[in-house]
Amino acid sequence: MLDGKRICVCAGSGGVGKTTTSAAIALGMAAKGAKVAVVTIDPAKRLANALGLEELHNDPRRVEPERLAAGGLKVDGELWAMMLDPKRTFDELIERAAPTPERAEEIKANRVYSELSTAVSGSQEFTAVAKLYDLDQEHEFDLLVLDTPPSRNALDFLDAPQRLNSFLEGRALQALMRPTGVGMRVLGRGASPLLAGLRRLTGVDLVTDLATFFGLLGDMTADFTARAQQVERLLRAPTTAFLLVSSAEREPIDEAIWFHRTLARTGLPFAGVVVNRVHHDLLLGSEPADVGTALRRTALSPDLAARVADNFRDYHLLARRDDHNVARLEKALGRHPLLMVPQLDDDVHDLEGLLKMHRYLFATDAERERLIAQLVA
Amino acid sequence: MRRGTHTRLYSQAGAGILRARVNPHVAAWARRTRPRRPAGRGLRARRHLAAEHDGPLRCGPVPGLLDKRLVFVTGKGGVGKSTVAAVLGMLAARRGLRTVVAELSGQERIQRLFEHGGEHFHEVEVAPDLFTISVDPDHAMDEYLRVKVGAVGHMLGSSRLFHAFTMATPGMRELLSLGKVWELSQPQRRTEGATPYDLVICDAPATGHGVGLLKTPRTFAEIARVGPIAHQGRQIANTIANRKFTGVVAVATPEEMPVNETLSLHESLAEDGLALDLVVLNALYPMRFDDREVDQLATALRRARSPLSRSALGAALSEHARAQTQREQQGRLRAALDGRLVALPFLFADHLGPEQVEDLADALEPQL
Repeated sequence: MLDGKRICVCAGSGGVGKTTTSAAIALGMAAKGAKVAVVTIDPAKRLANALGLEELHNDPRRVEPERLAAGGLKVDGELWAMMLDPKRTFDELIERAAPTPERAEEIKANRVYSELSTAVSGSQEFTAVAKLYDLDQEHEFDLLVLDTPPSRNALDFLDAPQRLNSFLEGRALQALMRPTGVGMRVLGRGASPLLAGLRRLTGVDLVTDLATFFGLLGDMTADFTARAQQVERLLRAPTTAFLLVSSAEREPIDEAIWFHRTLARTGLPFAGVVVNRVHHDLLLGSEPADVGTALRRTALSPDLAARVADNFRDYHLLARRDDHNVARLEKALGRHPLLMVPQLDDDVHDLEGLLKMHRYLFATDAERERLIAQLVA
Repeated sequence: MRRGTHTRLYSQAGAGILRARVNPHVAAWARRTRPRRPAGRGLRARRHLAAEHDGPLRCGPVPGLLDKRLVFVTGKGGVGKSTVAAVLGMLAARRGLRTVVAELSGQERIQRLFEHGGEHFHEVEVAPDLFTISVDPDHAMDEYLRVKVGAVGHMLGSSRLFHAFTMATPGMRELLSLGKVWELSQPQRRTEGATPYDLVICDAPATGHGVGLLKTPRTFAEIARVGPIAHQGRQIANTIANRKFTGVVAVATPEEMPVNETLSLHESLAEDGLALDLVVLNALYPMRFDDREVDQLATALRRARSPLSRSALGAALSEHARAQTQREQQGRLRAALDGRLVALPFLFADHLGPEQVEDLADALEPQL
């Protein structure tokens, strides 16, 4: 699925195991001999610890091979990991684009900027893509795996950077706001009813702050525009793969179908779907009701046996649900691959869980069948 | 039958089936026959609150969650925020409060949960006294401009430049959405002919954004300093800071990440003088077996010959392991939250619909 790819973007709605899946994919590709970096946003503490990400560095650090070897996995390549610091990434962007260090400092001290770089929804997405682009430019890695920021909607990831970009490069707005521009002169006189309205509504200070901000940005906005185009090209490159992560519940599956359609429509390179937490059918062709009879031959008390049967019936309700939803997704995906990872016994948030997930993701068809058969027995 | 037999509810301890305690037919009957309060009756009693939110009120006893006027429901993505918002709305509506659940994600999840569909940006009644609306920043802005700025507003609303300005200004979308939520919660609604609500439940975006959302108005008030936006920002910020008026509920599933996020939300709100009024632990698995029984199951699995028995025993042990892990996460929350934690059971259902919302409301009612 990822052979020949240089970038893998893992997208998906919240709570479907995106971070762990990203890490497991990076781990698997490293095991196969590649030098891989996984860029995560906010990994679970135990997973972060497992990867040696105790501190924020904003640059990839190598995961010591001994850690992985201790988990029983031989890694031929290298696994690197980093936790994204959006604020710092944004600052670095400004520092690089600013003509002088003084200008960079002024911008960083601007109130509009400090809002922009931290509080605003979309800043994580914007900086994640920016970091991805920088890492790609450095040509240090064979593969970059990006865990997209947590959001309710997988598509946020595509929209949010766009929104920020359009703010940074909004030419009409800049012309209006720049102290030297026509707009400011007009504003000063309050001649245009439009600007008067704008001012009346937003308050003079906000307009002034924005004007200062754009004044400081000056020609840097051209850089932002150029960058945005390069990032866009990178995301559309045939060496990039969008991988969708989902669970088998109805809503995430609906969203996965929608996401796949949107990617197809916008021409972004779609690689496939990973469906996590699938309840596999354990019935072996029987009916749930047969379980009671089967359990009668064990030494369990009738009461305990009844609860085991209840548990099994409930489990199979979810198995049927998952089966139905996965079938729906399969139909919508057409030729694109779909990988299923079963509901694992516990919450996957450590190295052991990561290795378990990796086993399913990188198994051959025969191996996967064997793994699932083991679930049954 | 009102309830499908495929949905089973377990109490927190997993011992009793909740349904045994509350006869659904009786409960449904009680709901049907209870006199409905005329819309907005709860308002008069609480109108004094509206007069108070000129300044933040952080002292004094905090009233019950559903006695507030505005409740934000937040949490990590995928933990069931919309479901919990709907369940809280259902409980409030059962108590006769005219309630609206406002969604900010633009996805109309609440409507779908109640098997309604197709209404955008308008208030829809999905159950008696229970309404929902999907708030859209563009729509909220047009509405705001029409009311606030009159003729100029109309012109601004239709100006592309102005749209670009507001939609690109950091935090403006959030402020506009919050402005609409705030408007819904006011005893005197600025939307012409609109009936006031007793309670507004806001289904907020995922936690990271959720905290940002609650801070947005204050930030705006500070940035704009003067003018209508600063005024509106301050007004909303004061409303949010008024704990008699506004409540914050966090939703978590009993897993590592959602629990981490809830705990950090708890700390981050405290820094801003806000607090979590309630944490809802959602989708908690039942504990079906005790330790002694687990040993028996393991022994039985070793001895069992029939593949189906092995399958069922294996599933029992692995589901038990999950329930056990979840109890550890529940313990982490309990330790940090001194009594503000309630739990909703995992529902073994194909998907959630109106029936399941009723079931969950039954489960939550005695805990509130």
